[in-house]
Amino acid sequence: MTHTTAHPPAHAQRQSFLRKHVFSVDHKVIGRQYLDLALVAVVTGMVLSWLMRFHLGWPDTPVPLLGKLAPTGAAGGVMTPEYYLELMTMHGTIMVFFVLTTAPFAGFGNYFLPIHVGAEDMAFPRINMMSFWVTLLAFLVLVAAFFVGDGPPLSGWTAYAPLSAVGKDAGPGQGSGQTLWAISIGIFCIAQLLGSLNFIATTLDLRTKGMSLARLPYATWAWFVTAVIALVAFAVLLPACILLILDRVAGTSFFIPGGLVISDRLQPHMGGSPLLWQHLFWFFGHPEVYVAILPGFGIISQILPVFARKPLLGPRVFIACLVAIAFLSYTVWGHHMFLSGMNPFSATLFSVPTLVITIPAAIITLLWIGTVYGARLRLTSASLFALGFVSVFVSGGISGFFLAQPSTDIYLHGTYFVVAHFHFVMGVAAMFGIFAGTYFWFPKMFGRMMSETLGKWHFWLTFIGVYCIFMPMHYLGLAGNVRRYSAFTDDYLQPLIPLHRFITIAALFTGAVQLIFLFNLIRSRLRGPKAADNPWEATTLEWSTSSPPPHDNFGGRRPTVAYGPNEYGVAGPAGRDYVMQAAAQ
Amino acid sequence: MSTAILPPRPPATSGPVGRMTNGGGDGALGSSVAQTGVWIGIGTIAMSFAALTSALVVRQSGAPDWHHLQLPALLYVNTLVLLGSSVTLEWARRRQAPLALHLTIALGVMFVVGQILAWRQLIAQQQSLASGPSSAFFYVFTALHAMHVLGGVAGLTYVERRMTAGGVPPGTYKAAALYWHFMAVLWLYLLLLLTIRA
Amino acid sequence: MGRLFAVVVTVIALVSAAIFALHVWWLPPDISAHGSRIDRQLNETMVTAGILFVAAQLALGLFVWRFDVRDGMPPRAVKTFPGGVTPLVVLAILFVGIEILVLTFVGSKVWASVYQTPAPAEALQIEVEAEQFAFYFRYAGPDGKFGTMHPDLMNDATQNFFGLDPANDTTARDDIVVGTLVIPVNQPIDLRLHAKDVNHSFYVPELRIQQDFVPGMVIPLHFTATQTGKYELVCTQLCGLGHYNMRAYIEVKTPADFAQWLKAQAATS
Ligand code: HEM
Ligand SMILES: [Cu+2]
Ligand SMILES: [Cu+2]
Repeated sequence: MTHTTAHPPAHAQRQSFLRKHVFSVDHKVIGRQYLDLALVAVVTGMVLSWLMRFHLGWPDTPVPLLGKLAPTGAAGGVMTPEYYLELMTMHGTIMVFFVLTTAPFAGFGNYFLPIHVGAEDMAFPRINMMSFWVTLLAFLVLVAAFFVGDGPPLSGWTAYAPLSAVGKDAGPGQGSGQTLWAISIGIFCIAQLLGSLNFIATTLDLRTKGMSLARLPYATWAWFVTAVIALVAFAVLLPACILLILDRVAGTSFFIPGGLVISDRLQPHMGGSPLLWQHLFWFFGHPEVYVAILPGFGIISQILPVFARKPLLGPRVFIACLVAIAFLSYTVWGHHMFLSGMNPFSATLFSVPTLVITIPAAIITLLWIGTVYGARLRLTSASLFALGFVSVFVSGGISGFFLAQPSTDIYLHGTYFVVAHFHFVMGVAAMFGIFAGTYFWFPKMFGRMMSETLGKWHFWLTFIGVYCIFMPMHYLGLAGNVRRYSAFTDDYLQPLIPLHRFITIAALFTGAVQLIFLFNLIRSRLRGPKAADNPWEATTLEWSTSSPPPHDNFGGRRPTVAYGPNEYGVAGPAGRDYVMQAAAQ
Repeated sequence: MSTAILPPRPPATSGPVGRMTNGGGDGALGSSVAQTGVWIGIGTIAMSFAALTSALVVRQSGAPDWHHLQLPALLYVNTLVLLGSSVTLEWARRRQAPLALHLTIALGVMFVVGQILAWRQLIAQQQSLASGPSSAFFYVFTALHAMHVLGGVAGLTYVERRMTAGGVPPGTYKAAALYWHFMAVLWLYLLLLLTIRA
Repeated sequence: MGRLFAVVVTVIALVSAAIFALHVWWLPPDISAHGSRIDRQLNETMVTAGILFVAAQLALGLFVWRFDVRDGMPPRAVKTFPGGVTPLVVLAILFVGIEILVLTFVGSKVWASVYQTPAPAEALQIEVEAEQFAFYFRYAGPDGKFGTMHPDLMNDATQNFFGLDPANDTTARDDIVVGTLVIPVNQPIDLRLHAKDVNHSFYVPELRIQQDFVPGMVIPLHFTATQTGKYELVCTQLCGLGHYNMRAYIEVKTPADFAQWLKAQAATS
């Protein structure tokens, strides 16, 4: 029981610099720390993807400096096949775990969930602080894998056994780097379990007067549902990682069968099951993709009404769909395993719930589009990214139909079609959710406005850019282009190389466009115009307090809530077209 | 087509009201929060052990190398120790007996020491982590459980310290007890599982 | 700005859809007995999903165009969606629900015909062994029997890819082991997939077939090729640094050519 001691409200105290900015228990500081970590991670992941894309377009052209940075992996600036796969593994792992989980869920959730429910902090502030520092530790352990002698891990973000389990014999990238990978992910699980525990307890127990569940803002609903999903998912991945580590370092055989001959050596293992790893991994893995995307659902549902100046269409339906998705997400993991050698009779069993999940997803999409109908739409950077989110989510969700059917997955599994699908739906859509959230909440978090001009340029170039990168990947997949290839030497893949070059150029361009965002972040932070308390005329509680909020969020007086979050397009007080959730004091 | 500005809705002062606690900050938490936290923790731990159980079932089915593991008899003594600690904890709580709380903590530590002794017995019989799947699962289950028990010992120690410092919120005490009893229940489950399966 | 959004979204949707519809990049021609049913399933999904895709994008663009507030516009009231949320929910459940039912009903039959039925009795049995980073194929030879595999004898240096023991195992002596999968046209082929080290996958786009190799498991896979020619078999499961280069050719021959090839192989082995 990590518990807090009885102190007077902390804002009354003078705190040391360390306590205030580094080892802070303030959820707002922790939220910002998570977002900063995600920023570092996303820049790392993006640079890796540039290197990969460049290699796919021009495999023999040296990259300046790369030869110096990675003398073994890329002697002379041209990367080896194993280095490509190692970068790919790091890219996927960093993006899924340290960007798509930390930013929209842990980052924004930490900052805004307590404010949304009208609390002064999370239920367990120390556990909350721990969850960040443990996440950081996980990140450092993963990054350390870049520098170990036998190279970073090479098994993909899915780390299929036995490749990931047998160790050095299986080739480069299977030494200590892979062990660090498993340790890092195990640590990450612990961090997210601690974080989710806080989210759930805070939402259940710390709501202020009048904040019934029906009045929770939609982003907070999404974070709450996500926390429940994450709790179950990470609780399964953690023991799976422990077993993987034991297979690697302690000579057990959980995932390694007998009779393996690797590098002409008969392996000293016996009886393990490679499919067991896949089942455990995907039991976590599919819910994890919802951990990445559902916060985006919530953020978009909260932002769209603000800029449409009308209520979200069907808020109760939205919440029902969120809950339905959460339940269904645990019944579909086998759709990643249709061709894995598991019993083919179970394919239909996994296919049907996968297809059924498209119903709540489709309903939510229609709610967003219906919300735009009849709006008084204000197009800002935040709302543009929210609308862009709807567009890319549709594009990504549609391709799910092909992969959810075993009969069509026979052809498309293992091709770039899958890469296109999950990048749209979880990569790009989740990133758009993060961008929308940043443009929307930045004024609240830092008390300054971001540049709208730069924001809009950022949107247009990114929006067009991501379509140029990921839409053609569907075509590659249809043509049978296999994923996780470091070069295309097969005869039938040669004609596709020009398309790969187009994608590479688009990727480098879109990546460069993100510098606009980075510049905007830094410049606005330093000298953006001062933000008012409620610049967007929104209703939820964070907009009732100052920008940025004081240490205890509401300056000593917890608000009383009198309205739901959805009161837009109404005849409010003082000629406003909205009513804030907090009752007038 | 429905046009027009929607009428403002009346402030719903009569609507359902969220549960009130005195907020987070660094203040002493209301009783329900600590218990909510422990319940969520219990759910998570149960999920992890369920995942491991299913791993055991999958690993055992069709594996040629599964040998039955003779569990050391010491485990049954340890079981009694852990169950006894649950009883002394309730005694401590109901009778406000700090001595019984000390005893509980001591029994908890004794349980872990007992588990370590049981491992040493097994190792003496050449049953190590790597020697076969049944012993591997045995070590994984017992080690993870022992770590969670140590977490409980830390929690109880914290309660004890708070008590000598001037009183512990009843909710916190209750939450700690809840966790401790769950450790006993989890252990009974594991013992049963290991007896049947391993 | 709303108009710009509408135009961009529309262009993206139409151009993307047109490239699909015009088959600018498309599946290679199908050369398998079962493939046409997969292609039909894929086409049907493509049409329905394509309609949903274009419709959703255009609706989004249209609404943004129509309901954007431009500078100098007179203030206007907001409108709710005609009919509210119920028709949308009903529409989604009905439309997507029917789509799911149809796709599952037809699709599961296609799947069953490939993966849930055993190979016909007259099928030609071939063993496949995948290893880092090559495929090897084994035919039973004149005696019609496969020799037993011994993992401890597997050795790339001595080219004993299947771990055969011809010294003691008479059935192994005439086994034919090659690096190219040669098969007769129009005859069912019954493969047994073995993995020597890690996961691999068997993917031949033209044959519309894909299946993982899993160490410790022997996985059956059957198909019938309907056209002669030379095709590529590639690995689609990450297996290590040489994954991108792990492939083999498949030669589909007329029955006469195949018989001749087999005889020549038997003579040399
Ligand atoms: C809601 C957001 C969604 C996210 C974040 C998401 C994410 C992902 C990811 C990360 C993969 C990884 C594939 C790999 O690494 O091999 C994947 C595959 C897959 N997704 Fe989704 N997905 C989403 C929606 C859907 C929908 C709506 C469907 C079904 C209609 C679907 C069906 C599938 C299937 C069947 C696969 C497996 C494909 C294969 O391995 O061949 N997904 N998805
Ligand atoms: Cu999934
Ligand atoms: Cu491979």
